[in-house]
Amino acid sequence: MQPTFSSSRILLPVRPWFIFLSLIGAAVLNFLPTAHWPGMPDWVALVLCFWSVREFRRVGMGWAFVLGLLMDVADGAVLGQHCFAYVLLAYTASSLSRRILWFPLAQQALQIMPLLIGTQIVQALMRLAVGADFPGWGYFIGPFVATLLWIPATFVLLLPQYRPVEQDPNRPI
Amino acid sequence: MAGMDHAPPPFFKRGPAPLALLTFYIAVSLAIFVVDLRFKSLELLRQSIALIVDPVQRVAQTPGSLVDYAGQYLQGMRSLQLENEELKHAKLTTAPDLQRLAQLEVENTRLRKLLDVKEREKANGQVAQIMYTARDPFSRKVIVDKGQQADIAAGLPAIDEAGVVGQVTRVFPFSAEITLITDKDQVVPVQVVRTGQRSVVFGLGNGQLELRYMPANADIQVGDLLVTSGLDDIYLPGFPVAKVVNIERDSAYSFARIFCVPIAGVENFGEVMILAQRQARPERPPESASRAAANDGQRVKKKRMAKN
Repeated sequence: MQPTFSSSRILLPVRPWFIFLSLIGAAVLNFLPTAHWPGMPDWVALVLCFWSVREFRRVGMGWAFVLGLLMDVADGAVLGQHCFAYVLLAYTASSLSRRILWFPLAQQALQIMPLLIGTQIVQALMRLAVGADFPGWGYFIGPFVATLLWIPATFVLLLPQYRPVEQDPNRPI
Repeated sequence: MAGMDHAPPPFFKRGPAPLALLTFYIAVSLAIFVVDLRFKSLELLRQSIALIVDPVQRVAQTPGSLVDYAGQYLQGMRSLQLENEELKHAKLTTAPDLQRLAQLEVENTRLRKLLDVKEREKANGQVAQIMYTARDPFSRKVIVDKGQQADIAAGLPAIDEAGVVGQVTRVFPFSAEITLITDKDQVVPVQVVRTGQRSVVFGLGNGQLELRYMPANADIQVGDLLVTSGLDDIYLPGFPVAKVVNIERDSAYSFARIFCVPIAGVENFGEVMILAQRQARPERPPESASRAAANDGQRVKKKRMAKN
């Protein structure tokens, strides 16, 4: 909501249903057959991270936990694997949000990158610790692609919050 | 600053501190992780979540299957005719064996009866369509379109036209999850066709299988066929499983490393046949003399208790 120092744009308040829809949309993107392509980002992690940075009062660890359960069941993974990683992601993202939003978009993406990579590494460690097979380095390309997608994702997810074009010239703000 | 909103921040109802929430959620996540992995007692939770997720996943998979369908539709008459001819030819080449199969089976049954050997079980099952691969990169699983509604149960084996594909590991109301034999946790009891030697084959997770615990001087060659041995209550005997492709014999180790590739199109999409439950086998004899003795001791105790 707060304009960053590079952009002084004032945004409309976010609509809760849009947050909900975007999170569900991200889950559907994860279910698409494209999820098996190498280097596909974890869309849910990206969108969840975005909202935890932007709207940490609305989207927090509770949402992260529920989405994690959904992804665990959908993936056929061990229950709790995504929950753990997403809850950690939501916590770190929301606690860093005040700092992250102060940077221009490209630098925001750089700060998001370790969080997304961490999410992937945590999941890999959990599964490797209980004897799963190493999934190959392709598994760790996704977060880098997601980092690049931070800039378009910000644009798309903030689109409904930009001020309408027809403006009242007499309005003070 | 970031959370600044048009609604005033809730000063007086702040809820638990973030760190407390984090601890709570992490504890719950780890608890269900351990419970699901060790005790497998969360299947009901998984099934109820799957009831919501499954339809969405099916819808998400439709674009891909539509593209496939369009591709097949546009494939053209000519290639279909070619395929049809090939199939007819293949049918003709297997005809001599197949036509005599019925007679052979009858003869086999009769001979077995003469010898007082238990009749060989017949395999029957139902065909299911593979819908998609599970997204989990740590395991090798596929989802098929039949579940509890079609009487699929966890543990049933799945085969395709060439051999064993895997085993049903989880069942949902309208779908089931098949763990492929190449998964790292999957084990199939097999027999080497050429020598009759029994062993178990383990998935390696990279599309190959390994025949473990065979002595370094075991009589096994590249190209040997492994079929299910039927020594478990799951797989019927005689289904092809894998073919040996590479043997590393190192005298420093007591076991040879024997690598195999699956015979069935394990990584392919298509249809699989989920075999029905095997008939109950006769009870196992007591495991060892000492154990039997221990059981007898218990019985004696019970008798004494009863007398008292």
